[in-house]
Amino acid sequence: MSRYIEKYFTLRKHNAKVAWKKAKISKMCYLFLLPYAIIFTTFYILPVINSIYYSFTYYNILESPRFIGAHNYVSLLLEDDVFLIGIKNTFMIAIITGPLGYIMAFLFAWLINELPRWIRAITIVIFYAPSISGTLYTIFSVFFRGDQYGWANAFLIELGLVDAPIQFFQHPTYMLPICMVVILWMSLGTGFLSFVAGLQGVDASQYEAGYMDGVKNRWQELWYITLPSMKPMLMFGAVMTITSSFGVCDVTMALCGFPSTDYAARTIVTHLYDFGFVRYEMGYACAIAAMLFLIMILCNKAIQSLLRRVGT
Amino acid sequence: MSKKNVQTETVKHHLIKRRKPNRSIGGDMLVYIFLGVMAIAMVFPLVYAVENSLKPLDELFRFPPKIFARNPTLDNFADLFVNMGKSTVTFSRYVFNTAFITAVGTAGHLLIASMGAFVLAKYEFPGGQTFFKIVTTALMFSGYVTQIPNYLIINKLGWIDTYWAIIIPAFAMPIGFFLMKQFMEGLPSSLIEAAKIDGANEWKVFTSIVMPNVKPAWLTMIIYSVQALWNNPSSMYIYSEEKKALVYALTQIQSGGIARTGQAAAVQVIAISVPIIIFIFSESQILETMASSGLKD
Repeated sequence: MSRYIEKYFTLRKHNAKVAWKKAKISKMCYLFLLPYAIIFTTFYILPVINSIYYSFTYYNILESPRFIGAHNYVSLLLEDDVFLIGIKNTFMIAIITGPLGYIMAFLFAWLINELPRWIRAITIVIFYAPSISGTLYTIFSVFFRGDQYGWANAFLIELGLVDAPIQFFQHPTYMLPICMVVILWMSLGTGFLSFVAGLQGVDASQYEAGYMDGVKNRWQELWYITLPSMKPMLMFGAVMTITSSFGVCDVTMALCGFPSTDYAARTIVTHLYDFGFVRYEMGYACAIAAMLFLIMILCNKAIQSLLRRVGT
Repeated sequence: MSKKNVQTETVKHHLIKRRKPNRSIGGDMLVYIFLGVMAIAMVFPLVYAVENSLKPLDELFRFPPKIFARNPTLDNFADLFVNMGKSTVTFSRYVFNTAFITAVGTAGHLLIASMGAFVLAKYEFPGGQTFFKIVTTALMFSGYVTQIPNYLIINKLGWIDTYWAIIIPAFAMPIGFFLMKQFMEGLPSSLIEAAKIDGANEWKVFTSIVMPNVKPAWLTMIIYSVQALWNNPSSMYIYSEEKKALVYALTQIQSGGIARTGQAAAVQVIAISVPIIIFIFSESQILETMASSGLKD
C-alpha cells in the first residue's frame, strides 16, 4: 500500500517538475498574458468570489461584514415572497424569450443566408440594430401608453374591442407580455451575427454531397447538413442568450416602473438591485447574485448537452 | 465546342449555382414575404424614433400620430445644443469625457486583450487552457451579478469618481478577448515560425506579424468596446458633474418633462446613431470575425 502511495507521489512530483519546466520555457507567454490576467481577475473573478463570500454575511457597507452562515439563502427561499415572484417572472421571461429569441436569431440568419449580398448586408443591419440601440426601447412606452393617445389603445378603442384605455404598464396582466415583446425585439444580438457568419462558412461541397445522398427539401438540408456543421456557433449563441435572458431588468424597470405594481414585473436582477442599491443589504444582494449565477451555469450545462444531440 | 455553346453552358452553370436544386419557388416567396414583414416590424421603432426627433412640437402631440413628420425640422437638435450650452458643465466637457473614456478604454482593451489572446491561441503552456475556460464562463456573468463587489473593489483602489473606474475594467471585457483568441487560432502557425527563424522575438512577431493579420478582429473588438463605453452612463462610479458622460447628461435632459419631448427624441437619435453607424461601416469585418466565434466543447 505505502509503495503505491510513494509511487503516486513520485509521479506527481515528476508531473509538477515537467509542468514547472514547461512554464519556465514559456515565460514569454505568461508575460504576455499577465496584464490581461491581472485586470480580468480583479474585475471579473474576484467579484464573483467576493460576492459568494458576502452572501454568507450581513453586510451594509458601513459596518464590516458579519458572518451569519446560510441565513441569507434560507430567508431568500423561505421568507421572501417577492423574491419568489422575481424567480417566477425571470423564469417566465427566460423560458419564453430565451428559446424564442434564439430560434428567431437562427431562423433569420438562415433565411437571409441565400439573399443577394447587398440585400443581406442591409437586412443584417435592420435585425441587429435594435440590440445595439441602448435605451431606445423606451419608445415602446409611447406605443403602449396608458391613455387613449397610445397607439395600441387608440387602435383597440377604434376597433371597439375595449371601451376604456388599458393601463398597459400598470396592469399586472399586461406587463410581462409587453416586456417580452420588447425583449424579443432586442434579442438578435451577438448570437445572430455568429449564426450569420457560421452559415456563410458551411462548406458548399457538403451540400452537394447531400443532394447526391437524396436530401429533398430545405428542412432536411437544415437538419442533416447545416445544423451539425454549425454546432460551435450554436453553443456560443446559447451562452449569449442565457446571459441576456436571465439578466433581464433594464427593460422591465424602465417600462413598468420600479417598484412595479404588485411586483408583477420584478425579476431576480431587479430584486438584486433593490437590495444592493436601494436598501444597501449587500450580503442579501450577493446571495441573490450567487443564486442567479448558479441558475445560469446549470442552464448552460443543460443546453450544451441538448445541443450535442443536434443532427443525430 | 462553339462559342455559343460554351456560353449557354456557363449560363446554365450559373443558374444551377444560383438556385439550389431543393428549393421550391413557392417556398422562396414565402420566405421573402416573411422576412419583409419581420424587417418592417423590427425597423419600425427605429424609424419612428428618428421621425419623432424631426417633428416640430405641435406634430409631436398630434393625434392620431403620424409616423412621418409633415414639416421635418432640425429644431429639436438645435434646441438641444442651446440647452446643453446653458448647463453648468459645458457640452464640450461631456463630449470630452465620453470620448476620452471610449478612446482610452478601447485602445487599452485592444492591446491588452490581444496580447493575452495571442499567447493563448498560438502557444501551449500550463494553465493556458484553464484560463481560457474561465474566460468563457465569464461570458455568462452579467454585469449585475458583479456590480456590487466591483464597486467595493474600485472603492478600495481609490478609483471612485475617476475615469479609471470605467476605463480599467473595460480593458478585460471577456467578449472581445474571446473573439480575438478564436480568430487568432485561424492564423497559420507557419507564419509565426517563419518569422521566428528570421530572428524575430515574440513581441516583434506579435506587433508586425500577428496584429496586421487580424484586422477584422480588431474592428470587432473596437465596436464591442465602443458600444459598451459609449452607452455607459458611468453614474455608478462617478459623481462629480464635470466627469460625467454624455449619455448621462442626455438622459438628464430627456427626463426634463413634457416640454422637452422633442429634445428627448433628438437625444435618443444621437445616442443610437454612433454604435449603429460604426456597425454599418465595419459589418463585413465583424462577420469575418464571428465566423470563428464558435465554442467547442
